Amino acid sequence: MHDFLDMGGYGLYVWPSYGLAAAVLAWNIWSALRLQRIALEHARRRVAIAKSDAERAAH
Amino acid sequence: MNPVTTSLGRAAWLVLERDLRLALRRWEQITHPVAFFLMIASLFPLALSPEPSQLRNISPCVVWVGALLSSLLALESLYRSDQDDGTLEQMTLSGQPLPVLLFAKTVAHWLLSGIPLVVAAPLVGLWMGAPERTFGVMMLSVALGTGVLSFLGSVAAALTLGTRRGSVLLSLLVLPLALPVLIFGAKATDLAMRGESPAGAVLLLAAVLILTVTLAPWASAAAVRISLE
Amino acid sequence: MATWTWFHKLSSPPHFYRIAGKMIPWYAIPAALLIVAGIYGGLVAAPADYQQGEAFRIIYVHAPSAWLSLMCYTTMAVAAAVGLIWRIKLAHALAAATAPIGASFALLCLVTGSLWGRPMWGTWWVWDGRLTSQLILFFLYLGYMALRSAYDDLQRADRASAVLALVGVVNVPIIHFSVYWWNSLHQGSTVIRKDGPAMPPSMLVPLLMCFAGFTLLYAALACVRVRAEVLNRERNATWLKELSPS
Repeated sequence: MHDFLDMGGYGLYVWPSYGLAAAVLAWNIWSALRLQRIALEHARRRVAIAKSDAERAAH
Repeated sequence: MNPVTTSLGRAAWLVLERDLRLALRRWEQITHPVAFFLMIASLFPLALSPEPSQLRNISPCVVWVGALLSSLLALESLYRSDQDDGTLEQMTLSGQPLPVLLFAKTVAHWLLSGIPLVVAAPLVGLWMGAPERTFGVMMLSVALGTGVLSFLGSVAAALTLGTRRGSVLLSLLVLPLALPVLIFGAKATDLAMRGESPAGAVLLLAAVLILTVTLAPWASAAAVRISLE
Repeated sequence: MATWTWFHKLSSPPHFYRIAGKMIPWYAIPAALLIVAGIYGGLVAAPADYQQGEAFRIIYVHAPSAWLSLMCYTTMAVAAAVGLIWRIKLAHALAAATAPIGASFALLCLVTGSLWGRPMWGTWWVWDGRLTSQLILFFLYLGYMALRSAYDDLQRADRASAVLALVGVVNVPIIHFSVYWWNSLHQGSTVIRKDGPAMPPSMLVPLLMCFAGFTLLYAALACVRVRAEVLNRERNATWLKELSPS
């Protein structure tokens, strides 16, 4: 296990690379999902507003 | 004069002449970038060392970085005043092909911003102790390079017309695109200084210029139309 | 003719929204499996390189991110051209969605390259042809995103940034060539070949898995992001009502 973490003396370079790659992948997934959540929320709100406007107009 | 009967060449010439005449009334448009160029060049000895051999080695770099930044500064004025007084909009409505008019405009801009830098380049070369025999190549490469920068810059300037914070954005857009010009231009001067043939670098620069002059006016025209919507 | 109608149908927002939503798991699950398997293969199963030792394992994240950053720029430019020529909003949405993904992988490629360069070259940064052109690509992404964010109006942001993407994509080969040309003229080329001649399959297979995994991950991310863009752009379309359950 120690040998694996040491990476033949290059652990200091290999592990940060993989850590950073994980961070970039995670950021990409997180930001895409966040955009989707916000867009859905806004769209629902717009639809709700349009609906209540229509109901008010009908009265 | 009836605009419908104005020929294309005549229209382009009118645009060119008008820009030159306007610039001659406001000299600062020409002198400010040159002053900026000289100031940038004077920073290098102060920041590096007054050692002549060191300065001589970096002289192509100083000339080129200075010319690049100064021509960037000059780009600000390319469309701004014409947009403010509505001239640009008139151009898009004139019925003449917009790329040709913008081509004429960019040529005028190159004459006003590029040529003064070409003249100032040997002066900077003298400061840095570059040998006199390199001045010819230096001026030729700066002339070709500022041409590319004017045409690339005309696209970027047109793209940033419709935005509020134009000037920093303009630099962000132009600099990465301008790097080949910097590489070829500085290398041509450097090769001449080492006594080698700069022909390859100069020809590459000329090729980039031809490509840019052919394509950029179309992109500028598209960008102006988008910005004026 | 059939492909043309198919193309038109796909480019209609509601249709695309549904199709893309169905496609996401088909991209995301294989992407996750391939990346996990590729990284495992690269970190554990592959033997150490006889020249570079264990440090070569950085290639399993470095090379795929280099590929992805270039592929994203090309995708962006093609989408921008399609959007400009045929005035398809969906293509503009794809270009807008692709830029941040490409920029993040360009950055990943730069930093992993630097981390790899430290033990191999002895310095954190070398003005080597590949690293330099990757850096310029990253700058191009920054310019593109800066221009987009400078416009308040989405339509104009779309078309202005599309023009920039096209100018950029014409420039990319020139930049690439000029950087290599400049580099080869510098004092004796010290470029270390990162990918040695023929890789044994135990090294190559995980690398290919990572390439495929990253590409599929891009597809999944692009689907999610374009769907969000579509929702933001479709202001008052009736099909949006289906989204709200009550």
